[in-house]
Amino acid sequence: MSKISLIIEREYLTRVQKKSFILMTILSPIIMVALIFAPIWLAQLSSDETRQIAIIDQTGLYEGIYQDSEEYQFTYTQGTFTPSQMRDGDSQPYAYVIIKGNLLDNPSGMTIYSQKQITNSCELMIKTQMEEFLKNEKLLSYNIPNIQQIIDESDVNLSIDTIRLEEDGAETQTSSEMVMVIGMAMTLIIYMFLMLYGGQVMSSVMQEKTNRIVEVMVSSVKPFELMIGKIVSIGLVGLTQLGIWILFIAGILISAGAIFSLGGTPDAASIEGMTAMAGGMNGADAAQLAVGETGIAQEIQRLMDSINITQLLICFVFFFIGGYILYASLFAAIGSAVDNESDTQQFMIPITFIIIFALYAGIFSAENPDGPLAMWCSMIPFTSPIVMMVRIPFGVSTWELALSMIILYGSAIGLAWIAGRIYRVGILMYGKKPSYKEMIKWIRYKA
Amino acid sequence: MYYLEANHIVKQYATHRALDNVTIKVPRNGIYGLLGPNGAGKTTLIRIINQITAPDEGEVLINDRPLHPSDVEHIGYLPEERGLYKKMKVGEQILYLAQLKGLSKNDAKERMKYWLGKFDIKGWEKKKIEELSKGMQQKIQFITTVMHRPELLIFDEPFSGFDPVNANLLKQEILEMRDNGATIIFSTHNMGSVEELCDEITLINRSHAVLQGEVAEIREQHKKHLFKIEVQQGELQSNDLYEITHAHPIHRGHAYTLRKRDPHMSNNELITLLTQQCQIAGFEEILPTMNEIFIETVGESALEEKQNA
Repeated sequence: MSKISLIIEREYLTRVQKKSFILMTILSPIIMVALIFAPIWLAQLSSDETRQIAIIDQTGLYEGIYQDSEEYQFTYTQGTFTPSQMRDGDSQPYAYVIIKGNLLDNPSGMTIYSQKQITNSCELMIKTQMEEFLKNEKLLSYNIPNIQQIIDESDVNLSIDTIRLEEDGAETQTSSEMVMVIGMAMTLIIYMFLMLYGGQVMSSVMQEKTNRIVEVMVSSVKPFELMIGKIVSIGLVGLTQLGIWILFIAGILISAGAIFSLGGTPDAASIEGMTAMAGGMNGADAAQLAVGETGIAQEIQRLMDSINITQLLICFVFFFIGGYILYASLFAAIGSAVDNESDTQQFMIPITFIIIFALYAGIFSAENPDGPLAMWCSMIPFTSPIVMMVRIPFGVSTWELALSMIILYGSAIGLAWIAGRIYRVGILMYGKKPSYKEMIKWIRYKA
Repeated sequence: MYYLEANHIVKQYATHRALDNVTIKVPRNGIYGLLGPNGAGKTTLIRIINQITAPDEGEVLINDRPLHPSDVEHIGYLPEERGLYKKMKVGEQILYLAQLKGLSKNDAKERMKYWLGKFDIKGWEKKKIEELSKGMQQKIQFITTVMHRPELLIFDEPFSGFDPVNANLLKQEILEMRDNGATIIFSTHNMGSVEELCDEITLINRSHAVLQGEVAEIREQHKKHLFKIEVQQGELQSNDLYEITHAHPIHRGHAYTLRKRDPHMSNNELITLLTQQCQIAGFEEILPTMNEIFIETVGESALEEKQNA
């Protein structure tokens, strides 16, 4: 036992002291944040440029319905335009919108010409604003008294509370979007760690084998001890990294919470800025959210209440460890069986396939967390760590959780044992790349 | 009497039998040679003794009791394919491997100091293995093998990769350890060092032990009854008692290689016979070298194999 702890100690310390580990741990969150915010920032950059759109209204009915904004400026002309007029010359507008007839009578009487393909959002803007206008026009044409007021009043913005009935009889207010986001985040983290740290186990085993240090090692410790020591230490490195990140996030959340509570009810402007940044929402919605009954601080509070954080974290750790042992054992067996990186491909493909399948199953399970796909995939040990994490925020019955964990841990231990049998033969075999058949034979060799 | 016995070892791999009923008995406090061509099964046998793999049949005894997992702490193994953690520092590496062999950290530090001093490489603890030359790495590897003062040392081709000066240093270390009571198993292709160092040998060929015993005895058994004789006056001719296989003139007289026809004729009788014909200046029986015996034995069994096939 003390030998395993020696191995774990050495492997762990050399790994966490590596510059690459320290760098990765610090840089990953920054890169993550950058990846999320860079597109939003870039999108805002491009909108600095104002696009000219010429409305050529042959009917004269629609002048002035498009309002100038930061992004678009509109000019109105009547008359006809030939394609050559629209093509020639240097200072052509971004797009021409030609209205040939009364759109209420003829819905296809509108055409957009442009030299470059116009963006989807531009087309959508032109379409929805016109539709809105036409809808009002149509309603007004019925000459109903107070019609303008009716229209304004019919513009209702709903705020729906979702409440989950718990097994213990309590009612929990939930936020289905946030539940989904959290489930997906957990799934992605588990997926990432399985691939990343499983891969590390494999390359480390392979390195020891090609270095020939392994023969010296196994003359002092049992091959199984060496393998388990390696798997455990790399897993601990993963947990360390995760722990640092959680502290990091908690730190940010706590300081953010402190700012909120100090400022009392946050002013609309700051909220607008934040939410617009975060969700890419437009300012009006965000302002409405802020002046509405639920402020963002309360929203976060509600979210915290709606999800059983303790259960989530405990489950995360257990599924993470179980899934990691399962996959790391497979990776260790592969690493021991081959001599070089290129030979791993043949064995990696099925594993990658299973993990990717699990990821997709997880994503689809978010849509239907109690469907048969979600149910089965959260029982099969190869997919359960990934799929179950999506389902837990939606609420999973205790017996399902327990069964899934028992299956996962049972198969993880079984696989670790099998991997150990392959490992102890594989690490001493050089030369020819083994076939699956040979590896199965190795399992039966006398230790 | 024997420190280690491996009795009737059989090890079967998927397609071939690596060891077939091999028995070796290693006397305490001696140097035992394990010889054989590549792929004969030496490494498999060594791995079985190291408990890296288990035999399908047969048993290994140490001090007359079956091998126990804790016995790895009494064995030092220097594999043919050397390996160290390249990114690790020399000191950390030595301490780590010594602790895995059951030494306490403090003892290990103490002994590391001694060995680094002995090999004249003090102050190298902080260097990374990958920064060292191959010969230096070999020295470190040797230190890691002997740090825990094993009772049994197993060296697989220990001299490969050493220059003659360091090879000699290593040889002295091995002899010193033998004198201090260690038992040594020595696997090599270098037959010169076998004659020089080994007390007993086993020659393994094609999974079988084909030749076993004391080196001196084996050489005696394989002698071809050849003699090197220098004569000052007179000449020798082949007759029905002996045959001259080679003759050439030397400074004063002739040198002959002579083979006696009757193996039972004693050397004294031969000398008496020769003195009647000429003035003898030198008389020496030519014993076969281990190299010749090796080639002969391995060649023979290859021939047998061919005939059987």
